[in-house]
Amino acid sequence: MSAPTTDWRGRVEGEEVDQVTAGRLARESRALLGDLLRPYRSLLWLVLAIVVIENAARLAIPYLVKVGIDSGIPPIRETGDAGVLNAVVAAVLVATILQAVTRQMFLRMSGRIGQGVLLELRRRTFRHFGSLSPAFHDEYTSGRAISRQTSDMDTINEMLETGFDGLVSAVLTLIGTTVLLLVLDVQLGLVALLCLPFLALLTNWFRLASSRAYRRTRETIAGVIVQFVETMGGVRAVQAFRRERRNAELFAELNDDNRAANLKAFRLIVWFMPGIKLIGNLTIGVVLLYGGYLALEGEVTVGVLAAFLLYLRQFFEPMMEISQFYNTFQSASAALEKISGVLAEEPEVAEPDDPVGLGRERTPGELGLEGVQFAYVDGAPVLPGLDLTVPAGQTVALVGTTGAGKTTIAKLLARFYDPSAGRVVLDGVDLRDLREHDLRRSVVMVTQENYLFSGTISDNIRFGRPDARGEEVEAAARAVGADGFIRALPEGYATRVANQGGRLSAGQRQLVAFARAFLADPAVLILDEATSSLDIPSERLVQQALRTVLAGRTSVIIAHRLSTVEIADRVLVLEHGRVVEDGTPADLVAADDGRYADLHRAWLDSLA
Amino acid sequence: MSATAHQPTRPDSQHHTEPDPHRPPPASARALWRLRAYVRPHAAVMIASLFAAVIAIGLSLTIPLVIRELIDGPIADGDRGTLLVLGLLAIGLGVLEALFIWFRRWVQSAAIFDIESALRRDLYARLQELPMAFHAKWQSGQLLSRVTTDLTAIRMFAGFGAIFLVVNILQLITVTALLLHMYWPLGLVVAASAVPIVWLSMRFEKAYTVVTRRVQDEQGDLATLVEEASVGYRVIRSFGRAGYAADGFDRAADALYRTSLEKVRISARFWSFLGVVPNLAVVVVLLLGARAVGEGELTFGTLVAFITLMLSLVWPVTVLGVILAMAQEAMTASARVFEIFDTEPAIVGGVREVADPRGHLRFEGVEFRFPDQDPDEPSILRGLDLDVVPGETVAVVGATGSGKTALTALVPRLYDVTSGRVTIDGVDVRDLTLPHLRSLVATAFEEPVLFSMSARENIALGRPDATDTEVAEAIDVAQAGFVHDLPFGLDTRIGEQGMSLSGGQRQRLALARAVLAQPKVLVLDDTLSALDVHTEALVEEALRRVLSDTTAVIVAHRASTVLLADKVALLQDGRITHVGQHRDLLAHVPAYRALLTSEDSLAGASS
Repeated sequence: MSAPTTDWRGRVEGEEVDQVTAGRLARESRALLGDLLRPYRSLLWLVLAIVVIENAARLAIPYLVKVGIDSGIPPIRETGDAGVLNAVVAAVLVATILQAVTRQMFLRMSGRIGQGVLLELRRRTFRHFGSLSPAFHDEYTSGRAISRQTSDMDTINEMLETGFDGLVSAVLTLIGTTVLLLVLDVQLGLVALLCLPFLALLTNWFRLASSRAYRRTRETIAGVIVQFVETMGGVRAVQAFRRERRNAELFAELNDDNRAANLKAFRLIVWFMPGIKLIGNLTIGVVLLYGGYLALEGEVTVGVLAAFLLYLRQFFEPMMEISQFYNTFQSASAALEKISGVLAEEPEVAEPDDPVGLGRERTPGELGLEGVQFAYVDGAPVLPGLDLTVPAGQTVALVGTTGAGKTTIAKLLARFYDPSAGRVVLDGVDLRDLREHDLRRSVVMVTQENYLFSGTISDNIRFGRPDARGEEVEAAARAVGADGFIRALPEGYATRVANQGGRLSAGQRQLVAFARAFLADPAVLILDEATSSLDIPSERLVQQALRTVLAGRTSVIIAHRLSTVEIADRVLVLEHGRVVEDGTPADLVAADDGRYADLHRAWLDSLA
Repeated sequence: MSATAHQPTRPDSQHHTEPDPHRPPPASARALWRLRAYVRPHAAVMIASLFAAVIAIGLSLTIPLVIRELIDGPIADGDRGTLLVLGLLAIGLGVLEALFIWFRRWVQSAAIFDIESALRRDLYARLQELPMAFHAKWQSGQLLSRVTTDLTAIRMFAGFGAIFLVVNILQLITVTALLLHMYWPLGLVVAASAVPIVWLSMRFEKAYTVVTRRVQDEQGDLATLVEEASVGYRVIRSFGRAGYAADGFDRAADALYRTSLEKVRISARFWSFLGVVPNLAVVVVLLLGARAVGEGELTFGTLVAFITLMLSLVWPVTVLGVILAMAQEAMTASARVFEIFDTEPAIVGGVREVADPRGHLRFEGVEFRFPDQDPDEPSILRGLDLDVVPGETVAVVGATGSGKTALTALVPRLYDVTSGRVTIDGVDVRDLTLPHLRSLVATAFEEPVLFSMSARENIALGRPDATDTEVAEAIDVAQAGFVHDLPFGLDTRIGEQGMSLSGGQRQRLALARAVLAQPKVLVLDDTLSALDVHTEALVEEALRRVLSDTTAVIVAHRASTVLLADKVALLQDGRITHVGQHRDLLAHVPAYRALLTSEDSLAGASS
C-alpha cells in the first residue's frame, strides 16, 4: 500500500493565518488585555511599586555583604568593635524580611489580578458565545468553541501561575544588576557587562527558532490527538473491521512526527541553557581575572569583588529560567489572540436600537413572511421571495424535498437568521424590532437535537421557564404524557440525566423536550424534524403529546413522517423555496395528481 | 472533558475491580517504579547523563574554591603569575561545566522523547485491544488526557525531575560537608536551616495537592458547562436562556476563582518562605563569619567562598519543592497509565479457524448483560435462540431497548455472551481467532463511524486490498455515488479533519464498507434509518443482490426494510418470541403490529 498521507487530499485548512490577520489579532489581543486590566490600574501601580521594593531588597543583600567585608571587618581587627558589622547584619535582616513580606504581597496581588482577569475573560467569552448568531456557531463548530473556553483558558492560567512572576523577576533583576554593577565599580562593571550583546544574540536566536519549532510541535500533537480520538470514538468499527494494525501504523507515524518535533524544540533548549551558562561562567572568570588584578593593585576592595561575583550569579539564573516558561508565554499569547478573535465577532442577529414591546400578555401569534429572500451562499438563493401568512392558532406542516427551504423558514421564524430581503413579522411586528427576551418568550423552536443538560429531569423541564414551581413542572410533564415514565425512574423527577440523556430512549428524551416547550408556553412553536429519529412506538407516544402541545398556539411543523404531518390544519408543499401546494391534508390527498398525494401514496406503500 | 461532580452516583460501583474512569487511582511510587521497563533501553544514556550532571555540579562547586585561593593567595600576596593561573583555571572550569550541562541534555533528550512516544504507542495499541465494554465506560476525552497530559508529566519527571532529585540531594550533602569542613560553626548553621525547609516543603506539598485537586475538579465542572452551552447552543438560543446559562457559568467560574486564589495564597506563602531561609542564613554567616575573619580564625577568601557556596544552595533547595510536586504528579500519571495497561482485554481470540465457511449463524440459549449493569436490572437477552442458515436473511424487530443492538454486537464479539453461545458453522465464536471471526462478519452500524482518511480507504476498511471495480460495485449497492462528486473523488479526505457528510451519506458509506468486506455474515444495524424514502428504495433494490447469497441479520424499524428478509424474528423480553413471515406476524401478533405500524387503521388496510 502506498504511503497513507499521500492519497489523502482535501484536508481542511488549519487555523494558520496570514501576516495581516496576525498583526490585527496581535493588536486586538493587546487591546483586550488592556481592557481587562483597566479595573486594576491603581492596583497595578501598587504591585509595580511592591515588586521594585522586593527586588531592591533582594539586590541590596550582596551590596551589604560587600559593606560588611570592607567596612565591618577592619574595625574588629583593629579595635574589636563589631558595631559596624552589627549594623550591616541588622540591615541584611531588614532587607530579608522586607523581601519576604513584599514577595508574598506581590505573589498574592499579582495572583489576584491574574485570576480576576481570567475570571472576567471566561465570563465575557461565555456570554459572547451565547450572543453570537447560530450562523457563527454552525461554522465555528462546538469543538472549537469548547477548546477556546477550556484548553486556551488553561494555557493562560498556566502562564499566570508560573510565567508572569518569572518574567517580571528576570527583567527587574537584569536592570537592577546592571545598575548596581556600574555603581559598585564602573570599570569592572563595564567589563562584566561585555556579556550583554552575546546574551542578546543568543536569546534572540532562541526566541525566533523556538517559536517555529514550537508551532510544529503543536501541529504534530494535533495530528496525534485527532487520530487517537477518532480511533477511540469509533473503536466499534475499528475492531469489527480489523483495523487495529493499520491504525497502529498510522499512529506510529504521527506519534513519531510529534516525537521528532518535540526533540527538535527541546534541542534548542539544549543549546540555549548551556550557552547562557557558558556566557555566565566566562563573565565570572573574566571578572575574577580583571577584578583580581584591580584588587591586587588596590583599586577595588575584596568586598567589591565578592559583591560582583554574587551579583553575576543572580544575573544569569533568571535568564536560564526564561527558556522554561517561554513556551508557556508563547502559547498563552496565541490563546489570547484566538479568544480576542472570537470576542471581536459581532453578533449577526443584533438587538434592536429601538425595540417594540410585545406587552406582558401572551401575544396572539400570527406569523407573516413578506417577500422574504434568503441565501446561505451568494448567488444561490434558498428562498427567492416568499410570502406567507399563518393565522394565530393554526398548525402548519411544511413538506418538501431536501433543499426545498423548510428548515430555512423555521430558522428565519425563530430568528436564527435574518432574511436578506423582506421581513418576518409576528403579530405585525418585524422580528428585528423585538427584544431578544420578548422574541424568545413568544417563539420557541424544538429540533431533533432535544439536548438534555446534566442535572435532574425536573431541571431540564424547568429550562423552559426557570421560575416554574415543582407542580407546574409536573403538570407540564403530565400534559405531554411524560409523567408516567418519569415517575417510573429510580428517583422520579430528581433522576439525574448525563449529558447524552443517559438511559432515556430517544422518545423519552423527546417527551422531556416537549414538556420543556409546553412549560415555556410560547405563542408560536416550531418543530423542525422533531420526531424523525423516533421508532414507531415512540412516535405514537409523541404523537399524542403533540396534540396537547400544539393546541391553542400557532405552530409550524417540519417532518418527513407523514403521520406527524396528518395532525396539521394546513399543509404547505415547498419546492425550491416556493409554495407549490397549500391546503388541508385531506384536500391535498384528495387532489390525486398532487405532489402531496404522491408522497402520501409512497408512505402508505412503505408501511406495507 | 470529564466532570466528576456531575456524574450520577451508582450504588454498585464498589463491586468493580476494573478501573473507574471517575475516580483517579492513588499516586504511588510503585507505579513510577514500574516504568523502568520503558527506561531500561535507555539505561546507559540515563546513567551517563546522571554522571554528567554530577560532574557539572562538582565543577560548579570548585569555582568558589578557586575564588578562595585567588583572594587568599595572589590578591593578598600581590602575586600576578598565580592570579593569571587561577583566573584561567576558573574560566576553564566554567567552560567545562557548560560543556557537561550541554552533554547531559543532549544525550538524554532523545531518550526521554523515545520513552514518551513508546508509552503512547503501547497505550494506543492496548486501548485498541480493549473491548467495547471498556470503551462504553470511558469517554475518549478521559483516555486522551492519559496519552497527552499524563505522559507529559512522566516525561518531565524522567527527563528532569528524577535526575535532579538525585543530583540536588547530592549537591546539598556535598556542599554542607564542604561548609562544615571549611568552618564547622557556620556549616552547622547552614545544615540547620535545611530542617525547616524540608519540613515546610512536605506540609506545603500536602496542602498544595489538596487545593490543586479541587481546582482541577472545578475546572472540570466549568468545562461541562462550557461543553453543554456549546453543544446545546440551539436549545439555549431557542428558549432565550443565554442569560440563565451565563448566570450558572458565573457561579461556577466564581467558585473556581476563589479556589484559585486559595492556591495562590498557599504557594505565595511557601515561595516567599523559601526565599527567606537562605537570606537568613546569610545574616548569620555574615555575623559569625565576619567576626571570625576579624578575629583571624577565618580568611577573607574562605568567607567569600563560603557565602558563594551557600548561595549556590538556594536553587537546588527551591527547586526541590517543584521536583517533589513533579514526582507526585508523575506518580499519579503513571498510576493512571498503568490502570490501562493492567486492564486485561476481556475478549481474546481462540485458536480455531473455519476452513470452508458457509455462514451458518446460530444463537443458542444466549443470555447477555452489560458488564456494568445494575445487578437488580434484568439481563438484556435471556435465553435467546435463533438459527440463520447459510444464505438466509433474517430481520430482527423489537422495541427500543429490547437488545437488538446487543444481539448484533455479539456476532463479531464486540461483546461476549454472559451464558449460552453464538456459533458460526457450528464453532463457538469464542473459539475462533479474532481476525478470522471478524473477517467472516461485517457490520454496518446505526451510527456510522468515518475516519480522517480518503473516502476510498474508509470504504475499504475491512478489505484494504479491494480492487477499484469491487469498490465501485460496493458504492453502487449502497447508492453512495455522491463520493465521485467530492472535490477529489474517492481520494477526498473525509471524517473529522476532512469533508463533512450528512447523516444519510455517512450511513451509505458505512453500508458500502460492510458490503465490500464480502463477509459470510452481514449484520446491518438499522443502517437505512437516515435515508429518505426514495433512496432507501434504491438501496434495498441493490441490496437484494448481495443478500441472495450472504447470511444476514438486519435490525429494522420500518416495514420496507423488513421486506428484504426471508423471515422475521420478533425480539421481546430478551427472547425471540416469534419467527415467521412479515404478513403472518402482522396478521397474528399484536406486539409486532404495534412496532411496525403507526396506526391500526393503516395496518388493517395493508394486510
